[in-house]
Amino acid sequence: MLSRFARQAGRRLSLSLLTLALLSVVVFAGAQLLPGDVGRAILGPLADPEAVAAINHEVGADRPAIETYFAWIGNFLTGDMGRSYTFRSPVAPFIGGALANSLKLAAVVFVIVVPLSIGAGVFAAMRAGRWPDRVISVVSLSLTVIPEFVSSIALILVLGIWLRWLPISAATRPGTPALEQLRHLILPALPLVIVLFGYIARMARAGTLEALDSDYTRTAVLKGLPQRTVIFRHVLGNALLPTITVVAAQVGYMIGGLVVVESLFRYQGIGSLILTAARGKDFPMLEAGILTVGAIFVATTLMADTLYTVLNPRLREAGGR
Amino acid sequence: MSSTTPALELRDLSVGYRTLGVEQLVLRGVSFAIAPGETYGLVGESGCGKSTAAFAALRALARNGFISGGRVLVDGQDVTDLDPAGLRQLRLTKVSMVYQDPGRALNPSMTVARQIAEVYEAVGVRRADALERAEAMLVKVRIPGTGRVMTAFPHQLSGGMQQRVVIAMALAKNPKLLVLDEPTTGLDATVEAEVLDLIEALKQEFATSVLFISHNLAIIERMCDRIGVLYAGSLVEEGVGADLLARPLHPYTMRLLRCLPAAGRRKSDGRLDTIPGFLPPLGSIRTGCVFTPRCDFADAVCRTDAPGPTRVGSQMACCHHIDRATASGRNSLDLAVPVPPTAASFGRPALQVSGVSKTFHVGSHALRAVTDVSLTLRTGETLGLVGESGSGKTTLARLLLGLTAPDPGGRIELDGQPVAGQAKRRSRADQKALQIVFQNPDSALNRSHTVRHLIERSLSRLGGLFGRQRSERLMALVSAVRLTERHLSMRPRQLSGGLKQRVAIARAFAGDPRVVICDEPTSALDVSVQAAILNLLADLQSTAGVSYVFISHDLGVVRYLSDRIAVLYLGRIMEIGPAEDVFNGPHHPYTEALLSAVPDLAELHNGERTARIRLSGEMPSPLAPPPGCVFNSRCPRKIGAICETTEPTLPADADHAIRCHLSREALGRRGGAPPVAADQRYAPVSA
Amino acid sequence: MTGATTLAVADAGLPSTAAHTDPATEPLAAAPSRIGRLLRSGSFMVGAAIVLFWVFCALFGPFVVPYDPYSDDLLNTLAMPSAAHWFGTDQIGRDILSRVIVGAGPILSVAPLATLLATAAGTTLGLLTGYVGGWLDSLIGRLIEVLLALPLIVVALLVLVALGPSSTTVIGVIGIIFTPLIARTVRSAVLSERSLDYVAAAELRGEGALHIMFVEILPNVLPPILVETTVRLGYAIFTVASLSFLGFGIQPPSADWGLAISENYGLMTGGYWWTVSFAAGATASLVVGVNLVADGIQAALE
Repeated sequence: MLSRFARQAGRRLSLSLLTLALLSVVVFAGAQLLPGDVGRAILGPLADPEAVAAINHEVGADRPAIETYFAWIGNFLTGDMGRSYTFRSPVAPFIGGALANSLKLAAVVFVIVVPLSIGAGVFAAMRAGRWPDRVISVVSLSLTVIPEFVSSIALILVLGIWLRWLPISAATRPGTPALEQLRHLILPALPLVIVLFGYIARMARAGTLEALDSDYTRTAVLKGLPQRTVIFRHVLGNALLPTITVVAAQVGYMIGGLVVVESLFRYQGIGSLILTAARGKDFPMLEAGILTVGAIFVATTLMADTLYTVLNPRLREAGGR
Repeated sequence: MSSTTPALELRDLSVGYRTLGVEQLVLRGVSFAIAPGETYGLVGESGCGKSTAAFAALRALARNGFISGGRVLVDGQDVTDLDPAGLRQLRLTKVSMVYQDPGRALNPSMTVARQIAEVYEAVGVRRADALERAEAMLVKVRIPGTGRVMTAFPHQLSGGMQQRVVIAMALAKNPKLLVLDEPTTGLDATVEAEVLDLIEALKQEFATSVLFISHNLAIIERMCDRIGVLYAGSLVEEGVGADLLARPLHPYTMRLLRCLPAAGRRKSDGRLDTIPGFLPPLGSIRTGCVFTPRCDFADAVCRTDAPGPTRVGSQMACCHHIDRATASGRNSLDLAVPVPPTAASFGRPALQVSGVSKTFHVGSHALRAVTDVSLTLRTGETLGLVGESGSGKTTLARLLLGLTAPDPGGRIELDGQPVAGQAKRRSRADQKALQIVFQNPDSALNRSHTVRHLIERSLSRLGGLFGRQRSERLMALVSAVRLTERHLSMRPRQLSGGLKQRVAIARAFAGDPRVVICDEPTSALDVSVQAAILNLLADLQSTAGVSYVFISHDLGVVRYLSDRIAVLYLGRIMEIGPAEDVFNGPHHPYTEALLSAVPDLAELHNGERTARIRLSGEMPSPLAPPPGCVFNSRCPRKIGAICETTEPTLPADADHAIRCHLSREALGRRGGAPPVAADQRYAPVSA
Repeated sequence: MTGATTLAVADAGLPSTAAHTDPATEPLAAAPSRIGRLLRSGSFMVGAAIVLFWVFCALFGPFVVPYDPYSDDLLNTLAMPSAAHWFGTDQIGRDILSRVIVGAGPILSVAPLATLLATAAGTTLGLLTGYVGGWLDSLIGRLIEVLLALPLIVVALLVLVALGPSSTTVIGVIGIIFTPLIARTVRSAVLSERSLDYVAAAELRGEGALHIMFVEILPNVLPPILVETTVRLGYAIFTVASLSFLGFGIQPPSADWGLAISENYGLMTGGYWWTVSFAAGATASLVVGVNLVADGIQAALE
C-alpha cells in the first residue's frame, strides 16, 4: 500500500507544481498588462527619453514577453528575484525579511484562533439549537465578514487608545525582548483572529453536528459508553479531521488580510511589502511578493492534504472494496 | 427476576414527535410482550411506526421524540423514568440494537478490534483481556480470518462482514434483549441468507430475546416465533407466525398478504390484490379504527370506537368484524382476480442483443461489467433480469438504452435493424422505441417540473405531438396509468412514491415504445403500492403489446411478471430460459442458491421447505474474476479442476440455456436434495 | 408526558431526524413555505432591515442629507459630534453624517454589480464543467485552482495596479475573481444532479446539452446559487471596502466609507475618533446585514 500512497503523494506534488507554474504565468501576464512602457511609468512624463529607454532595457521591456518570462522565472528559481525599481537593489532580501515578520504575526494569529474557534464550534454543536449555540453561531457569522480595517479601527480605539492595554504599533525597535515583541503583535493579530474565528468555528460546528447525528455515534451511545468516551473517541475523532484542511485553507486567505493589517499597524511584513510595491508600481517586487504568497499557499494546501490522508484510515489504504 | 419475566414489555405505549411545534403521535397504545428466549417480529409498511417502537424499547428516540403515555419494561424494569445513569447501565448490560446500514453503524476511524473491545472495557475489563474477548466474539459470528478483521477498519469489510461485526458488538454484552431493525435490508440475497442463518444460530447460543423488525413478511415468518402487525401506529394483529400468515384475522393483514406476488403467482393467473387509498397522515385519525378508510368491512362502529384486542386461539386482532372478515374468504391466497388469458404466443423478436460487452477502466485496471451477453426479446414478452449487486444487470440496462456505450463488437438490433450504441446517436424512432422506468422516481422525475410538463415534454419529443393532439394523448395516458387531472399541476414532491412511479411509467409510454426497461421499478415501494404498479405494468403490456426487460432482486416479483428469466453473475448470463423452467429446474447452481436464499411464503402454503443452500465466500471483485467458471469460487456443486480452468459456454440455440459443466441431470431442481451437508456451510476458510 | 429527553448523552443527543421522516402519504399540506420560514427567522429579518436601510440611503441619500456631503467648511474642521453635526465634521469640515448616508451609494452599486457578473459567469461555467465534464472540466478546474491559490486582495491589487483603479475596473476584477468561486459551488451541485436519473431520461428523449443544462438542471441548482450569491455579495462588499481603504478601489472625492477611513485613520491617535468610527460602523452593519440575510436564506432552503 505504500506504493499507492507514494503515487498519490507524487501526483499531488506534481499538481501543486503545475499550479505554481500556471500561477507564475498569471502573475507575469498581470505585470505585462501595464499600459505604456515601464520606464515612462516609473520615471514620469517629463523624464529624458534616453533614461526611459535605459530603464526599459534594464527591465527587459524591449524584449519579447516569452523570453522575458523565462529569464525571470529562471532567475527566480535560482533565488534571484530581480531588482526593485524603487529601492534599486535586489528584491530577495526584502522578501526574506518581510516573510519572517509575517510568519511571526501569522503564528500569533493561529495560536490564538485555532483552539478558540474549534472549542467554540464543538461547544455550539453540543448545545445545538439552544441559546449558547445561537449566540456562538450569530456572533461568529457576523464577525467573519467584518473587514479587518473596520475591526482594527474598533480595536485600536478601544484597546489601544481608550483603555491603553496594548500598544497600537506592531513595529518594535531592534533588541526589544521577545515577550515585548509578542505584546506588540497581539493587537494586529486580533482583526485576523476575528475573521478566521467565525469561519473555523462554523466548520468545526458542522463537522461535530454531523458526527453527533451519525449512526456510529448512536451505536456508541447504545453501547452504554460513558458520555466522555462517546464525545472524545467517537464524535470528535471523526469530526475534527476535516477541520485540518479548513484551517490550512485559511493560510491563503490570511495573507490577503495581512496586506491590510500590516499596513494599518505599520508592520514590515510581506503584505505591506506587496502593498508598497503596488503603490510604487515596483513590478519586480510585486511579482516576487505575489509568487511567494502563492507558493506558500500551495505548499500549505499540499501539506494539509497529505496530513489528512495520513490521518484518515479510509484514504490511507487502498481499501478492501 | 423470575424466568418468566418478559424480556421486553410495552404497555399501552404511545410515542410522538414534535416537528415545528406540532406534536404528532406515531405509536398509539401499543402493547406486546416478548418472553425470555422468544423472537418477536414486528412487521408493517413504511411509516407504520415499527422503528419508533424499536428505539422506544431502548429509550433512544430521536431528539424530537417523546413518550406520551404507557410503559416500557425491559426485564421487568421500567425504562420510561430511568435517569441518565440508569439508562446507561441498562444499555451497558441488558439491551443491544442492530440497525439497517452496518457501514454507517460502525465508526469509520476505529479498528474493528477497538470497537468491539470497548464494550468490554466499559464494564471494567482490562484492555488486553477485552481484545482477547473481542476476537473470540468474532469467531462466534463466524468471521473467517479474525486476525485480519480485528485490525481492519470498517470500510475494508464487505456489507455482510460489517453486519457480523455489528452483531458481534451487540452480543458482546450478552444482552437480555436484542433489537434488530431491518438487519439485512440492503444486503444481497445470498449474504442476507447467511446473516439470517447466523442470527438464528446465535439466538440459540445466547438464549437472548429478540425484537425483529422488518417490512418483509417472509423473513419475519422465517425468523420469529410470534408476529405483530403494525398499521399506522397501532398493533392491529398478533399471533404465532405460521398461524397468523395462514389465517389472518384482521382485514389489513389479509389485504397485505394478498398484495404479495408470492406463492408462484404469475401475471397470467390474475392481477394482484391492492389496498385502496393511502396510509392516513400521522395523527389524522383520532377516533375509531385506523384502518377504517381503507377497509372493506368498515361501518359506523369502526369510525367511532377503537376496537380492543379480540383473542381467537393463539391469535389476537383489533377489529370489530373479525367474523365477517374471516368468513369473506379473503384470508386465503388462492382467490385471484381472473383475467382473460393472453395468447402465450409472442411475436417476432423486438430486441436482439448479441455479443455485447462493457469494460470500464478503473485506474489502470479493466473492469468487465458485462461480458458477451446475447439475448432475444420478443414482442409482448417480459424478460426478467436477476442477479445480485455487481452482477451487471444495471449496466446491461444502460447498454440497451444507450446511456453507456458498449465495447466495439457487440450488436443491438431493434426489429432487425441495428441501433447506435449511444442514445444521442440514435434516430428519433429508436429513441422512442426504447424507454425506461427507473428504480427511484425521486431521481427520475425532475422535481422542478410539474407532472403535466414532465409527460408533455416526452409527448412532444418522442411522440411528436403538439397542441390538441398532445392534450388528448396526455389525458389518455394519464387515465391509463390511473392518475387524475388533479395531479397534472402538481410537482413530484407532492405525490406519494406510487403516484410518482405512475408518472414515470406514463412518461416511458409517451412515445408508444417497443421495449420498456424496468429497473427495479418497485423496490422502493411498499408491498401494497408495489402490487398496484405491477398490475399496471401487466395491464399496459396486455393492451399495448410492449416488451419489458424487468430487472429486480425480488424473485417473487420477477416470477410474477416475467415470461423468460436471465440470471446474471459477474456480468455473465449464467442461465436463461422460460420463467417456470428457471424456477423449477434443472437450474444453474447459482440460480439454485439464489432461490434457496430467499424465504418464500409460498413454501409456507405448500407445506414444503426446500433445503437451504448457502454460498461460501464473498462475491469476487469484477476487477479480478476467478479463472474458469466465474462462479467456481462459491459454487456448492463444483466438480473439480475443469471448473477452475475452463469457462463453460452458454448454449446459443437452447430455449433454456445453462452455463455449467454439469450435465442437466446432475443439476438441482426445486425441492431437490441439498448438495452439501448443512454444517459444511461455515467450513472454516483457511486464513 | 413522560421524559421528553431520552438520552444518556443528554446534550449530545441523537439524530433529530433519524426515525421520523417518511410518512408514505401524500404530504400535500405539509411544511410551511420557504418564504414563511424566512419571515419567521429573526436573524433574517434583522439583516433584511439593515440592508434595506442602507439601500434606502444609497437611493435617496442625496435628497435627505442635512448638508452637502462634498462641500468643505474650513472654519469648522474636525468638530466633535454636536446638535448641528450629529456625527461631527472631518479634516476639511465636511459633515460626516451626510457623508456616511451618501457613502452607501458607491459600495452598493459596485459590489452588487460585481456579484451579478460573477454569478452569471460562474453559473454558466459551473453548468458547463459539471455537465460536460471531461477535459474541459479538468482544464477549468486547474485554472480555478490557480486563481484560488492567491488571496483575493492580492490578485485584485495586481490587476488594479496594471489597469489603474476605477469603479469599472473594480467591478470587473471582483467579478472575475469571484467567478471561479461561484463556478465551483455550481459545479458540485450540478455533479450531484447529473447523477440523477432525470438527466438520463432527458438524454433518452434526445434532448440537447443546452436544454439539459438550462431547463432540466438549472432550476434544481438555483437554491445553492442563490445562497452562494448572497454570501458572495457580503464578501464583495468586504473586498470593495478593503480595496477602497488601500487606495485601489473607489476614488476620491467619493464619500465611500472605506475611502473615508483611509483618509482619516491617521487622526485616530489624536482623539478624533468620530472621523472613522461612523464609517466603520456603517461598513460593519452592512456586511453583517447581508450575511444575516444569506444565512436566513440558506436555513430556509435546507
